[in-house]
This record gives sequence, C-alpha cells and structure tokens, in this order.
Amino acid sequence: MGDGQHKETQGEALLEVLGLKTYFHGDEGIAQAVDGVTYRVLPGETLGIVGESGCGKSVTALSVLGLVPMPPGFHAGGRILFRGEDLLQAGEARMREIRGNDISMIFQEPMTALNPVFTVGNQIMETVMLHQGLDKEAARQHAIAMLEKVGIPSPEQRVDEYPHQLSGGMRQRVMIAMAMACSPSLLIADEPTTALDVTIQAQVLDLIGELQEREGMSVLLITHDLGVVAQTADHVAVMYAGKVVEYGTVEAIFKEPRHPYTIGLFHSLPDLAAPGERLATIEGIVPSAFHFPSGCRFRTRCPLAGERCAQEVPELEAVTEDGEHTAACHFLEEARALQVES
Amino acid sequence: MSTPPVAAEATPLIRVTDLRKYFPVHKGVFSRHVGDVKAVDGVSFDVGRCETLSLVGESGCGKTTAGRTLLRLLEPTGGRATYRPDPDSGATELFELSRRELRPYRRQLQIIFQDPYSSLNPRKTAGNIVGEALRVHGVVNKEELEDRVAQLLVRVGLRADAFNRFPHEFSGGQRQRIGIARALALEPRFIVCDEAVSALDVSIQAQVINLLRDLQLERRLSYLFIAHDLSVVKYLSDRIAVMYLGRIVELATSAELFENPRHPYTQALLSAVPHPDPSRRGQRVPLTGDVPSPMNPPKGCHFAPRCPVAEKRCHEEYPEVRRVGETHEVACHLVEPVG
Repeated sequence: MGDGQHKETQGEALLEVLGLKTYFHGDEGIAQAVDGVTYRVLPGETLGIVGESGCGKSVTALSVLGLVPMPPGFHAGGRILFRGEDLLQAGEARMREIRGNDISMIFQEPMTALNPVFTVGNQIMETVMLHQGLDKEAARQHAIAMLEKVGIPSPEQRVDEYPHQLSGGMRQRVMIAMAMACSPSLLIADEPTTALDVTIQAQVLDLIGELQEREGMSVLLITHDLGVVAQTADHVAVMYAGKVVEYGTVEAIFKEPRHPYTIGLFHSLPDLAAPGERLATIEGIVPSAFHFPSGCRFRTRCPLAGERCAQEVPELEAVTEDGEHTAACHFLEEARALQVES
Repeated sequence: MSTPPVAAEATPLIRVTDLRKYFPVHKGVFSRHVGDVKAVDGVSFDVGRCETLSLVGESGCGKTTAGRTLLRLLEPTGGRATYRPDPDSGATELFELSRRELRPYRRQLQIIFQDPYSSLNPRKTAGNIVGEALRVHGVVNKEELEDRVAQLLVRVGLRADAFNRFPHEFSGGQRQRIGIARALALEPRFIVCDEAVSALDVSIQAQVINLLRDLQLERRLSYLFIAHDLSVVKYLSDRIAVMYLGRIVELATSAELFENPRHPYTQALLSAVPHPDPSRRGQRVPLTGDVPSPMNPPKGCHFAPRCPVAEKRCHEEYPEVRRVGETHEVACHLVEPVG
C-alpha cells in the first residue's frame, strides 16, 4: 500500500493511518506485527477492523495512542495523522494531552483496565481534572453525570464503589464513561464486548452507538466478531498477518467480499451454514509473525495461490469503479468463483 | 447433524432428573453457613444416542456446573443421573456409585474443556497427555500405547510427530485437538464439550467443529455441548436447553427453538446475537439489567425482574414446565400448554 492511496476520495478524515509499520524485536528476530497498514476514519463514522488473533489489529490501535511498549516495539515507517498532526512525531507530553482527551480507548477486559484500589468515581474524576482542569467537586458531579449517561442505575451511590463491586457489564459501562468523560472525537474500542454475554453485549453496543450519535464521535472498532462488525460499522478493514487485505463499506464487504481470506472467513461462520452441512474451513493456521511467507502472506492457506503469489506482494487495488472497495490479491477475478460456491 | 431421535428416547443414553448443585456460602470468624448459591437447581434432560444436546445461557446460569456435576467432577447436591450404555441392558445410577465403583464409567464419560492453555499439563508432551488415561486404566500394554496415541493424534488432525512436543509448541486450535484426542483415548460413549470451541478464532473453530461432527458420526458419540455462542449451538445441536439462573427455561429441537422461541428470555437471547448481515441491524428485543445473584434468586420466575411481559403471578410463583409441542417445553406462565 502506498502512502496517501485514499487521499483523493471523500472529505477530511479525522484519522489517517498511512503505511504504518510497527515491528517488535523478539527471540526469533523481528516480528512484523503491523506491516504497511493504511486506513482512514471519517468524522462520526465507525471503522471496524476485523481479523483473527495475531493479525495486528490491536497493535495498530495501540500505535495510534502511542501505547506500544518500546522496546521491544518500534515504528519502522508510516505516519498516523490525527487532524493532520503526525502522532508518531509527537512527544510524550503532547501524547498525554491527546490521550483521554481527544482520543480515548476502551479495552476488552474492564477488570484489568480499571484500577482496583480506586473507586470508579475517582478514576473518572482523574481524567477530567487533568484534562479539563475541573475542581474536585465539579469533577465528581461530572463523574456522576457520566455514569448516568452510560445507564448505570443510582449513579450517586455507584460513584463511590470499587470495580470489584460491579458486574462485568457495569464495569464495561464504567470504562466507557471514563473514555467518554472528556468528549473525545475518536473512541478506540478494542474488543469492547468480547468478554460480555450477548444480552449485555447488545446493551453496550447500543450504548456506544447512542453516544456516538449524540456526540458526533468517530469509533475505531477492533474485533474478531463479524456479527458485531455487521451490526455497527460503516466501513470495514479486514486484516491478515499484519496487512489490510480488504477494505470497503460494510455492505460491500458482507455482500460481495472479494479477497479469498474474507470469503473463507464468511464460509467458516456456522451462522450461514445449514445444519448438517459441513463447514467450509480455511486450511492450516495463521503463520507466525516471525516467519511470514514471501509474497502474499495468505498464500499458504489460499485455495487460489499460484507462483506469482510467492513472488510478489499484492497491493490493495480497487474492485469497484468508485474505488471505495479495495482488495489485495493477484487473483481477484478468480476469487469471485469462491464467492459463488457458497 | 445425522438423524438421531429428536424427541427424548424411551431409554436414552443419559437421563438427568432434578439435578441440583448448591455451593454453601460461609461468612464470619466461625464460617457460619449463611446460605447457598444454587448454581443448578432442579434440571432435567435426556441425552440420546449419537445425539448432541446443548446447554446454553449466559455466564452464571449454571450450564458448566451442570455438566461437571453430571460427570461427578463436582459432587451433586441432589437428583439422579441414569446411564444406560446399551438400550437393552440395565441402567446405572451414576450418583449412587462410590468413587471406586465410578472408575470404570469414567472411561465412557469424558470431557473437553474450554481453555486448551490451562487444561493441558505444560510439563508433559502431547503423547503423554493423550496416553496417560490409557496407561492409568491399563487398557493397552507399553508397546501398543505409542501406536494408539499416534493414531489418535493423527485422527484429530495433528502430525504423528506431535507426540514428543509440549503444549506451548502448539497453537490454540492444535491444543484443543490434543484435548479432543485425550477425551477420545478411552473410546467414550459420551463427551461433555464445555465451551470447547469458544476460545478459538473462527477459521480454526470451523475446523474443530467439523472434527467433532465427524467423530460423532464415526464413533456414535453423544455430546452434551455447553456453550454461549448461539450460532455454533444452532449448527451443532439436535436439541437445545436454554438455562437461566440454575434452571432450564426452554428445551426444544434446534430448528424449533430458533424458528419459534417461546420463552421471553430465549427470545431476547436470540435477538441479541449480532448477525453477520448488515441489512439486519437493530431488530432486538431489548433486555435491561443483569442476571440476579443465584444466592438470592427472585421469588417466582427467576427471569421476571428483567422480563418485558412479566405479570403479577410471575413474581410470585415459579412456572411449571409445560409442553407446547411434541419436542418443545417451556417454563413460562404466559405460554399456553397444548395437548
């Protein structure tokens, strides 16, 4: 993917990640966890990044917030433009201003992301006192208002409770309240509902959607769950082995997936299979980040792989006329046949 | 899957009647017994031959405890589990056996756990893990052991050279295959699959689901499949029991349950599943609040406090199970029984 590939399309992006490379030093050499990833998030929209464990989807998010531990991590290239400012060039002091204020993040496991020795009120208050200079009493009132906003019953009491006193769904709400406390313009949600039961998941997704609508915030949603993406995202980027292999509107990706990996993922879903019918699978397992195959990284599992795939890295190319739907595969035409088989 | 009996058979492989498992709660300096967490509180179901029955529900509904108590990995508080390996032979009451008497039955009743990371001993090779039960039960002699284990490893889709490798050398999906090989080693009749595919990525999950299905047909296995992922359950199950706070609220064939859910909880649960289809957004039965504590379950129907259609009597008495179809049972006051 070349820099600025999407530049000419549509209006101003809030966040533009351009050719980002985040690598890690490890026992077996260098892991190319994120290797030339480009995507953009428009104001007010939800971009879903989907992929399986180890595809690099969480690392791209951590890179945006400057939270990749360095060492062992390092940036080997690319830019992360937030309102035009390159976050990779910003110093730690500037990042601290941005984190929690302009960009905030919610994590999968609220129990590990919340501090167990502080009340939930204190944790929300800390953010607003730091970023917005509120005094203690005003911050407390703000915290109560935030808890109410995320649908926590009797917020005046809950504000003085500790994380362990809350249920999983409540904790996730508290984390959302914390993340939303300074009305950020971008919320990064890394598997926000994976640890939750489906009925609670539905509540939390609805809540994020409501807040997004009310505040006009953008959401970068990172998940492995194609159902969650279908229900919430506007655009989708599918990642495999450190690269974006397909990008498009949620309708395009779900109705007409073009990359063999995306197609394979859909075929693996038991939702779409008739009972009794064997599930189509993607053979093999995800390669290790230390030993990605040459050329196309999916070729070792791809039913279409040919010689060219071993030699040449496929770039994202447009598959529709408006150029909004892109896929990185040497055999895009042949891949259509995989799609029809289903 | 296959075409096993959809309704309960007259002589099912396993019949669970009024299964109860309470965990006592102690408090204070003298560890006074202050109450019980009624994790499983009067659950009954059958598992037919070569059938998959699923227990579904959200965290804390008691599905895992039910599976483990049935195998007596936890000692039951009450109820019966009748095991009939052969339709024409006598039945055994699993809960009446002593630990020693239970041992031969352990071979026939196995379990696969959710987390292949913590359920495999990191200091043992895959071969030792799979072969351990064969050795303990003295099923095969030393020479045969290695062959048998290698066959099993190959059968579950691993290479025979996996024998000498340690769990950390495998991926999550491969580890789950080791867990399956271990469960298969003693040629069981019945396997409890406790969230067996929940921790896996979707492409790997599909591989393991196919494997479980092939093994079922090949070895005429019965599964009690415990899961929270309804799309997996829909695909794999012959019948499904929905649990809420220690009790079964609805039990039906898979197709019937998904087409015609009758209990308000089942309806909410099914509608909460995010469909991988962007054109089907936002068609949900909203459900507010959390699951109440199983230590103080609400009087009356346990679901009443969150139920969108609860009436006065729902808060007062627990609804009896009623039959609403040939293969469909529901515990709800607002559902009219038929027949």
